[in-house]
Amino acid sequence: MTPASGNPLVRLNRVRFAYGEREILHDVDLTVHRGQVVAIMGGSGSGKTTLLRLIGGQLRADAGTVEVDGQDMGHLSVSALYALRRRMGMLFQFGALFTDMNVFDNVAFPLREHTALPAELIRDLVLMKLHAVGLRGAAALMPSELSGGMARRVALARAVALDPMLMLYDEPFAGLDPISLGTIGHLIRRLNDALGAASIMVTHDVQASLDLVDYVYFVSEGGIVAHGTPAEIRASDDPFVHQFVHAEADGPVPFHYPAPPLASLLDEVPT
Amino acid sequence: MNALLRRIGAMTIDGLWRLGFMARFFFALLRYSGQSFRRLPLTIREIYFSGVLSLLIILVSGLFVGLVLGLQGYDILQRFGSSDALGIMVALSLLRELGPVVAGLLFASRAGSAVTAEIGLMKTTEQLQAMDMMAVNPIARVVAPRFWGGVISMPLLAAMFSAMGIFGGWLIGVVAIGVDDGAFWSQMRASVDFRYDIVNGTIKSFVFGVAVSLIAVFEGYDCQPTAEGVSRAITRTVVSSALVILALDFVLTSFMFRGL
Repeated sequence: MTPASGNPLVRLNRVRFAYGEREILHDVDLTVHRGQVVAIMGGSGSGKTTLLRLIGGQLRADAGTVEVDGQDMGHLSVSALYALRRRMGMLFQFGALFTDMNVFDNVAFPLREHTALPAELIRDLVLMKLHAVGLRGAAALMPSELSGGMARRVALARAVALDPMLMLYDEPFAGLDPISLGTIGHLIRRLNDALGAASIMVTHDVQASLDLVDYVYFVSEGGIVAHGTPAEIRASDDPFVHQFVHAEADGPVPFHYPAPPLASLLDEVPT
Repeated sequence: MNALLRRIGAMTIDGLWRLGFMARFFFALLRYSGQSFRRLPLTIREIYFSGVLSLLIILVSGLFVGLVLGLQGYDILQRFGSSDALGIMVALSLLRELGPVVAGLLFASRAGSAVTAEIGLMKTTEQLQAMDMMAVNPIARVVAPRFWGGVISMPLLAAMFSAMGIFGGWLIGVVAIGVDDGAFWSQMRASVDFRYDIVNGTIKSFVFGVAVSLIAVFEGYDCQPTAEGVSRAITRTVVSSALVILALDFVLTSFMFRGL
């Protein structure tokens, strides 16, 4: 089932990925179209960050295809991958700002690396990007002087510096207070719409995500177990979706990590 | 016994794997080094951090080593009535051995550990990954300038260490003990050969610079991205660098100064 019509910007087809013997993802199908904000949700260790890394070309699938803008990520040379990444932006969980540069230089970094624009124009562009995230006044601050939410916003300004066609967000709401969380969520939606880009976010935060995304994929035990629009997800009676949306401790995602019965272990204790 | 053999085998395989990975890393580093020279400010910045900021410890250590050499050298030479040869002894000891080796050891503990910590923390905080996702190669942008900064700094630091050591030897020998000033300098000038002593000493310090810088950037880049991983990487940098410097010194000395 495709969530929208037209040629998808990102398409995963029967993707499998394993670290050695340990299978992380299997038979994953996923599509994302331009203009969409898509959330990938799932428990810790379910493989959703791996999915994001496959889309970003940091990992290569063992089987199946990962296509971004029609290009198969599994068969790109390093230079072709870098050319594609110049049209992508990624927001890391804790911002990943360069700690030896101030806010201005962090945002200017991709512009200086990939364009030959004059310094005055770079300055104007950086200030515009910082203005868009509400931190123009913080341009001279160092990353150590920023709060978690501010660092995330600066990282967002840096990620959109080159006006990407695809934005990837790794846990954009982790560890944020409600105000910062709302600000980041609002910015993700607004920047996506302004750029005409597609956005994929890996997140645990169900309520914040359902309010802003167009489509949701649920990942569990390495596979897509449910997907749909936020309205469909809220109305879903799928046990996994229900457990996740209502934050229930036990259900299809078990409370206990797999282990032999406790009684059998107690028997082993010497008397 | 079997467990012990298994463990030795596993450690050997792990060691060989790391050595192979380090060789591949070194070739990748050389391949992406162009930017370090095309964008010279990146490398100059690292020369400042690795070289200029190491100057104090190098100069102070050089002075004390020279002072000790002056005392010990005079004590030995005056037994044979050759105290005028103090200048030669101090200069040759420093230019051939102590300059490159001690400066290398100090460089590894001051600058090498700092480079490992910086790259390791950049990895831990996903800065290298972020750079890679921005289509900027972290080996070209972060690793190579630090490597070349170290390689360029090391011979200069060793030269300054030796110069300061000779000054220390002069202070003790001539100013404090009263060795003849003219004899101290003239014998040194007559006996120190530019190619045989100075060039060979410089080659040594260059080789140590390559070794220490490579170990430092590799350990940082390859570390486990945790606080403990970075700490272990820093320890490995200092220990491995010290051992490699001493081992390489023996190999280089056996080729350069056989006295044949």
